[in-house]
Amino acid sequence: MQENPPITSDAAHEGQQHPISLYLKVWGLLFLLSAMSYLVDYMHVQGIVRWMLIISFMLLKAGLIVSIFMHMAWERLSLIYAILVPPLVLLVLVRIMTIEANYAFWTRAIFMGGGG
Amino acid sequence: MAQGITDREVIAPALREIAADWSADQEVFRHTHWGKAMMWIFLLSDTFIFSCFLTGYMTMRASAVLPWPNTAEVFALNIGGQDIPLVLIAIMTFALISSSGTMAMAVNFGYRRDRRKTAALMLLTALFGLTFLGMQAFEWSKLIFEEGVRPWYNPMGAPQFGASFFMITGFHGLHVTCGVILLLIIASNVARGHYDKSGDYSAVEIAGLYWHFVDLVWVFIFAFFYLW
Repeated sequence: MQENPPITSDAAHEGQQHPISLYLKVWGLLFLLSAMSYLVDYMHVQGIVRWMLIISFMLLKAGLIVSIFMHMAWERLSLIYAILVPPLVLLVLVRIMTIEANYAFWTRAIFMGGGG
Repeated sequence: MAQGITDREVIAPALREIAADWSADQEVFRHTHWGKAMMWIFLLSDTFIFSCFLTGYMTMRASAVLPWPNTAEVFALNIGGQDIPLVLIAIMTFALISSSGTMAMAVNFGYRRDRRKTAALMLLTALFGLTFLGMQAFEWSKLIFEEGVRPWYNPMGAPQFGASFFMITGFHGLHVTCGVILLLIIASNVARGHYDKSGDYSAVEIAGLYWHFVDLVWVFIFAFFYLW
């Protein structure tokens, strides 16, 4: 252990001195994006436009929180990849469960008289 | 042209860092505070838990034969004789986002070793968290006592609505509760000057990571459960 001194102090603390205005700007952006996704519902936007708007606002908010508030933008690439790449396999789960849900729905509709 | 320079100056060294970190035959995350790395890995596992809940919700909703309740109407509030759709959830969202903002500033002041501002901002964050929990308790009691929704039954249509609502928001509320307790503990440590002896304010940043994650999960719940 002696020959591998942890290099934490300099690396962990560098890049953490951001002006408060940065956080206020991100805060304002998050407010704006939340208000806009609320308006999507309030104005009764429907169909594909609704889903696309909701998903885009959601991803923008998530990106801002992770990169600025959680300081991911200033972490080393090893940590960024170790945390952000594994959740991508969830897309496989979502795909599989979409097929499964489709199957369950039609089984219920056809064989159970639509009564669930 | 400018793009080419950034590639060479930023991306190439970053990729070399990855190679060095993973091939150095020692701890990969040695450049990061160990507590921070462990918190990130815990949050990754938590991501999978919440993703399983949300995927389960997707599966139940897509396979439900009874109509799914309109969340805009279910979570509407009557203000001034008028039903405003989803207004309670919107206020909860703003409370949680504000708490994230104050927490980010608390972390910043922590790194400047500003004891009083850090503790005050963390207390404010915990207060926003408590506000959120209070509104959630109101939302739950309204749904349980007025609408008669149960985890196994829902008078407005698909019973799966009750199951996914209580499971997802309940687990998120549990996270908020734990976060408030964690914040209060760390804030009192900060206020008592516990971290000034070592000069290591990492505990504030680690608590901050957890708190931002709670907000992050709410972003997804808000989009998929309430707005979809």
